Amino acid sequence: MLETMPNRAAIWNFLFGRLTLDSLPFLANNAEGRILLVTLAVVVIIGAAILGAITKYRKWGYLWHEWLTSVDHKKLGIMYMILGTVMLLRGFSDAIMMRAQQAYAFGPQMGYLPPEHYDQIFSAHGAIMIFFVGMTYIVGLMNYIMPLQIGSRDVAFPYLNNLSFWFTFGGAILFMVSLFIGDFSMAGWLGYPPVSELQPGPGVDYYIWGLQLSGVGTLLTGINFVVTILKMRAPGMTLMKMPVFTWTSLATSGLIIATFPVLTATLFLLGLDRYVGTHFFTDGFGGNLMMYINLIWIWGHPEVYILILPLFGVFSEIVPTFSGKPLFAYSSMVYATIAIMILSYLVWLHHFFTMGSGADVNSFFSLTTMMIAIPTGVKIFNWLFTMYHGRVRYTVPMLWAMGFLFTFTIGGMTGVMLSVTPADFLLHNSLFLIAHFHNVIIGGVVFGAFAAVNFWFPKAFGFKLDEFWGKATFWFWLVGFWVAFGPLYVLGLMGVTRRLSHFDDPSLQPWFIVAAFGAFLIALGILTFIIQIYVSIRRRKEYAVGGDPWDGRTLEWSTSSPPPDYNYAFIPVVHHRDAWATMKNLGFARPQGGYNDIHMPKNTATGVIVGALSFACAFGLTWYIWWLAALSLLGVIIVSIVHSFDYHQHHHILAEEVGRFESGSNQAAAQGTNA
Amino acid sequence: MRPKPGSANAMTMKRLRSVLLLPLLLLGGCNLVLLTPSGDVARQQSDIMIITTVIIALIIVPVMIAIAVVAWRYRASNKEAKYDPHWDHSPQLELWVWAGPLLVIIAVGAVSWIGTHQTDPYRALDRIGSGRPVPADVKPLEVEVVSLRWKWLFLYPQYGIATVNELAAPIDRPIRFKLTGDTMMDSFFIPALVGQVYTMPGMQTILHGVINEPGEYKGFSANYSGTGFTDMRFTFHGLSTPDFDAWVGKVRAAGGDLDFAAYDKLREPSRAAPVQYYAKYDANLYDRILNMCVRPGEICRSQMMAADAHGGGAMPGMHASDAMKPMVDAPKPVAPAAAAH
Repeated sequence: MLETMPNRAAIWNFLFGRLTLDSLPFLANNAEGRILLVTLAVVVIIGAAILGAITKYRKWGYLWHEWLTSVDHKKLGIMYMILGTVMLLRGFSDAIMMRAQQAYAFGPQMGYLPPEHYDQIFSAHGAIMIFFVGMTYIVGLMNYIMPLQIGSRDVAFPYLNNLSFWFTFGGAILFMVSLFIGDFSMAGWLGYPPVSELQPGPGVDYYIWGLQLSGVGTLLTGINFVVTILKMRAPGMTLMKMPVFTWTSLATSGLIIATFPVLTATLFLLGLDRYVGTHFFTDGFGGNLMMYINLIWIWGHPEVYILILPLFGVFSEIVPTFSGKPLFAYSSMVYATIAIMILSYLVWLHHFFTMGSGADVNSFFSLTTMMIAIPTGVKIFNWLFTMYHGRVRYTVPMLWAMGFLFTFTIGGMTGVMLSVTPADFLLHNSLFLIAHFHNVIIGGVVFGAFAAVNFWFPKAFGFKLDEFWGKATFWFWLVGFWVAFGPLYVLGLMGVTRRLSHFDDPSLQPWFIVAAFGAFLIALGILTFIIQIYVSIRRRKEYAVGGDPWDGRTLEWSTSSPPPDYNYAFIPVVHHRDAWATMKNLGFARPQGGYNDIHMPKNTATGVIVGALSFACAFGLTWYIWWLAALSLLGVIIVSIVHSFDYHQHHHILAEEVGRFESGSNQAAAQGTNA
Repeated sequence: MRPKPGSANAMTMKRLRSVLLLPLLLLGGCNLVLLTPSGDVARQQSDIMIITTVIIALIIVPVMIAIAVVAWRYRASNKEAKYDPHWDHSPQLELWVWAGPLLVIIAVGAVSWIGTHQTDPYRALDRIGSGRPVPADVKPLEVEVVSLRWKWLFLYPQYGIATVNELAAPIDRPIRFKLTGDTMMDSFFIPALVGQVYTMPGMQTILHGVINEPGEYKGFSANYSGTGFTDMRFTFHGLSTPDFDAWVGKVRAAGGDLDFAAYDKLREPSRAAPVQYYAKYDANLYDRILNMCVRPGEICRSQMMAADAHGGGAMPGMHASDAMKPMVDAPKPVAPAAAAH
């Protein structure tokens, strides 16, 4: 039988697909190789330190039972926020490298990044920031806040919620792995063909499978949240009594359900083109690249509203709370949210006015795009009139809200400029466009996320975040944003376009140097944020607060901080909007007895296992390791079937336990308004 | 382009432009080409951009001032200010809150609708400047543009010459570009001349423009198309008519023939390609590129589509009598999938 033995190369090929030692860029004997080697070393050292600490303090069991297998929406929310922050560091490193390259690569100086590397960096930056920072943050916030706001004990499908997180996590890890094994897509954050069709190697495949994993996770989250909001609201909370953040969560989740399948299908077709040689998006056999560009933006434009709507909700909670007044024109706010949700479907073509469609088509999409400015303008006015006749307290969350109002309004103005087709013919793909969407995404999504973290952190952990470092973070971000992107607006008007790794015209250089300095200020903003968290944890006794530290208006402030696993010992009954504010006015007192057993979902390891198997499957597909892909896919199916036969997915928290928690030290924490 | 002194519109625009430019010029006297273009169409597009910005600013600026005033006046420490913890709606105010943005968007939308049709890249020019209609005897300069990896090929069918990474046109003469791509999708953009349009393989777009002032202008691809994209730049020369004729003579004198074989070599990916001149090229070259049948033996898209329209040669028996007919006497290739206009 010896002569029929396959040779070594064939065995290697079977076992590892197209993965070879040459695929490890950190082994390359050049500058990039050494940079990557150092990065890898740092990652390994930090990783080993964390794992070592967990082992030393015997925290593996705690981590596994309390966090990784948890189906508690609050813990999943916190895990999403941590994942988002880690990915922010990665995405921001890419940003700093881009700013450094563009500030440096002028004339004879080619910069330190060749195009092959630079192109991967801008692709990774965009994809990571949207999918693993923006999406992860908003899903984390909705996870934590929304069930509390509607007076629920968990989401409708707790296990699915855990599974969603592990899908997202798997996608994020796949993106991270591409840094050290193989390369990444050079096709931009949306993977436009023909670049994404023609790039050899695993880069684009990493992109496809990473997004497929996280996309499925997001879709499941959307379904979960819509059902939760529609079916699990506290008695009395009609739709028009829901907090605005819950409304925006509903709108965003609806958008997710409607659009993420489009993303999945589009990437699947792109995958077919790359893997089995179909021609959906190439020119052979009737395929067309513009079909991809249409499809990806039919997902992609609603996606930016998926990102921003929950943060509109965040500001709609923060501004009334710190103005000491109800939100002005609640109904207008709700209808504006719904209007934005619907209009966001009808504008996708404005991303490619320049493809040569006729003037009638372009005019239509120009008008629909502008129409979104109407409900958005309404929201700005409503926040303004909420402050009017109020008593505005400038806490850190409120500072972020003010920064948002000024920054986002300017971003909205440049957005309307871009929606005017003739202007777009000049501004399309320019740095003006880059400045615009960073203006709305940083000014809206990122500022909103920081506002939300500062606002709800005391709820989640029972102590406030440090004010000084919070303010420092705010000012570094606000000033840093304008110093980084103001020059890009000007450069755009000078006719400079995006994704260039080198410039000939030396008169542009000062602007890029200023922009790089702005990015440095933002880096300080990220650093002070980490310091803020660290300092606050150190002083957690000093900063400890009760259930309602800000004089809140919605239900989540009626329970203790942090809330118990079951959120509410008694499901509240809602009679008015701003339910908690009303309850406080009516002199509500927490019941001191008469507790019942509480029925809660049980933790499960299935999510972690399915997530890990899905990651293995995606990795196998990326590297053509077919046995791995097939086995892990089979594993996913088997584990899912086995899980569905587990009939013991619930447990009871006994009345005595509830009683113990509700009285004693917790009672003080719940009742104190401010420490 | 000089607006006629009597033209009220032109005067208003000039004033608006200087008001808008003032703060930006203070920033450093840089060349904001999108606000000071040298071609009439770009100038109109730029005007529309400025007009809409001013209209939007009419609402944005007061709102931002109002936010600042309200935020300061109603600060918690100011006990003078009225505090009404129950005031949360006002029908009149809400009407204005919706009507204000609506009115602004109606105004901006009207400008956009008219401007989109006026500066539609497919629309043949009827003027070469404000108040300067195209003279009856002037024929537009035809240029066929092909984006290659990563350089620009320009064909001049009226002159039979071709150039790589250099484009020239006489001032005040309308230019009609027909554009396609070889492999990648690029965006053809000369900011001083006219707004950009995509170049896509197997498809054709059309762009009209006119340059009004002599000079050297930057042209490039505005759409990322792979590793060589950064260097995908060319110079656009706006020349007086005699200078343009001299330039055509210079290209002719350089010799060189861009036949199919030479094109096949030219389309190989290359970065920062030098300027090249060709005294002649095959008359069918552009159509064959557009129909993706430059190499011998490749079936042109136009032929394939014509066959498909008749049931397809691949399905014998189905409209059998018609199926092969167009393949035999295929008419001269036409633009497939071009957004007909």
